Amino acid sequence: MKTPHRVFVCHETPCVSLGAESVYSAFREEIDRLGLDHVSLEISGCHGHGLCSGGPSVVVEPSRFFYNGLRPEDASVIVREHLNHGRPVQHLFHRDAQTGKSVARYVDVDFYQSQERVALRNCGRINPESIEHYIDRAGYGALQLVLSTMTPDQTIDIIEESGLRGRGGAGFPTGRKWRFCRQSPGDQKYVVCNADEGNPGAFTDRSVLEGDPHAVVEGMIIAGYAMGASKGYVYVRAEYPLAVRRIRKAIKDARRRGFLGREILGADFDFDLRVKEGAGAFVCGEETALLQSIESERGMPRPRPPFPTDSGLNGKPTVINNVKTLSYVPVIVDRGAEWFRSLGTEESPGTAVFALAGDIRYSGLVEVPMGTSLSRIIELGGGIAGDRKVKAVHTGGPAGGSVPAHRLDTPVDYESLQELGSTMGSGGMMVLNEDACMVDIARFFMDFARSESCGKCAPCRLGTKQMVTILTRIAGCQGVERDLELMRDIAETMRVGSLCGLGQTCTNPVMATLEHFEEDYRAHIHEGVCPTGACDVELDGSHVRAAPY
Amino acid sequence: MKGETGTSTEVFRTVVQDILDDHAGESWPLIAVLQEIQHRIGYIPPEVVPLVADRLGIFPGEIQGVITFYSQLRDRPQGRTVIRACRGTACHVSGGTTVLKALQGELGISEGESTADRQYSLETVACVGACGLAPNVIVDDDVFGTMTPAKVRKLIEKDGEPS
Repeated sequence: MKTPHRVFVCHETPCVSLGAESVYSAFREEIDRLGLDHVSLEISGCHGHGLCSGGPSVVVEPSRFFYNGLRPEDASVIVREHLNHGRPVQHLFHRDAQTGKSVARYVDVDFYQSQERVALRNCGRINPESIEHYIDRAGYGALQLVLSTMTPDQTIDIIEESGLRGRGGAGFPTGRKWRFCRQSPGDQKYVVCNADEGNPGAFTDRSVLEGDPHAVVEGMIIAGYAMGASKGYVYVRAEYPLAVRRIRKAIKDARRRGFLGREILGADFDFDLRVKEGAGAFVCGEETALLQSIESERGMPRPRPPFPTDSGLNGKPTVINNVKTLSYVPVIVDRGAEWFRSLGTEESPGTAVFALAGDIRYSGLVEVPMGTSLSRIIELGGGIAGDRKVKAVHTGGPAGGSVPAHRLDTPVDYESLQELGSTMGSGGMMVLNEDACMVDIARFFMDFARSESCGKCAPCRLGTKQMVTILTRIAGCQGVERDLELMRDIAETMRVGSLCGLGQTCTNPVMATLEHFEEDYRAHIHEGVCPTGACDVELDGSHVRAAPY
Repeated sequence: MKGETGTSTEVFRTVVQDILDDHAGESWPLIAVLQEIQHRIGYIPPEVVPLVADRLGIFPGEIQGVITFYSQLRDRPQGRTVIRACRGTACHVSGGTTVLKALQGELGISEGESTADRQYSLETVACVGACGLAPNVIVDDDVFGTMTPAKVRKLIEKDGEPS
């Protein structure tokens, strides 16, 4: 009798792109050919070691042997040698990029060892399309606990005591938001999951949805019970087709098992979920625009107040939570507020999930306790690629800012990053080496904001356009000193005068680069060159100064 | 040609009626209906807009407003193969602009356009979240990572099956 083995082939977007599906088929074929009854073959979410560029990756349980960069022909070797004869195939193990040594087991990877996996607890360890796998890992246990032993108010108490803050970027206390919604009068209330992860360069929500969709479903059901909501919507961006498919399947399976529907688990509580797909508009990540979009309108923000907790979907009290926020809920209920508070910092408890990308050796997800320094996170990602130096780390995407190399000791938490003119954002972390020109980065984000501005309010509609014009002029070495002041003025007007977060925050990348990298701007203006050659701009006359100076 | 359009309008109407039937009773179905029309027909033919408006009890202008607001929705047909260059941050810093230029050069069209033979359409996409493989090009639903101008040439020669 052979020990049962489970083979997990990562089936997230990057690994699928690198051929995970044919690797899976090759495993299937060989396992069936040899009739190996002790082996079960599963797909999984991201194994989470930030090795997306080296995929497809495969983990063999129970010993957690870790293969990476497999081709279909390698699969049959692993099946014959490792699974049939118990001889792990050394030359196919993952190789550490720094030492060049092969790493046999998953837990031996430094990247994995130093992480604290809470939001990503199941990613890569279960088949995301199997509700049984989720249940085996104590899934839906928190829901049972809540429904059988706790009142809605007690449920909110736990979340409030845990200090959980919204992981969508703003960091609003989740428990308090739930309480507002619970106290708001109304016979119909809604729970909405914001899975419109539009920040270019962030993919943390995608990974949770693709790797552990039931955690989000369970979080939403608990939220619904706490607030007295009977309906919920998951709003997913259409650019994530795999995530859409997995969350739809999770909802269907949960309904079949009685976790959704009428009188859930015998309690006097009805709740059901629907998926609404976005249609390609970044602004719909803003909560009021998102509600408009769920209602099939143009996704244009509406003024707040009234806040959605008073008047949201259909004019009814609505709570909108980010994917990761909701995925923390079951584990907080399970392990207690105290435990959650023991992770992270006083003001920002728990962990933070970042999507590491850019000039870094291992791109992918990292989950670390809040308060971990930026330099430690870069270390976890294997350091900067090549023999380069870090110039800046950009967090928070188009609403965030770039932290200069000499401030990499900054701990990641909501307040510390804000002090430096950046934000946590929804988890994008872009590492930039000295080849990056910060004018180019600022222009990139501003151009993104310009194309995504919905045009409803003037400060954002006009401001983004003017900022791009000025930044393009500077990038093309036609800028003047006065442009810097002009940009600061426009940015302030946009911050104060814009209707929603997009307009209010999209000047952050410009302001942060102006503060920390003014020399990049000055080189373009005074020396007439882009110091790194990254700015590739051909001026066509539309960027000349319009206003008299 | 004109006669053909007339026939296809009939087909479109039947398809759209079916889709509307499927979504009967659903809250706020418009975007889902439009997405499904686009999925089945390839785009949202302007001639079906009044039909949808009528069934959902809204003005055709409101539907047009929704179609023009969202970048995914389109009211004209695309090429048989849709190539999208990712313009996310990771792709930008790792040479995405050069890749987009190579695509434009190779296909002879700009983003938002289709080739004369309707074989290819070229678009950009905000981010597909496969940043570890940047820069990315997406051919229909398949992501091709770590692209270079040379790989772009191969990709188009082999029509979506690079080595």
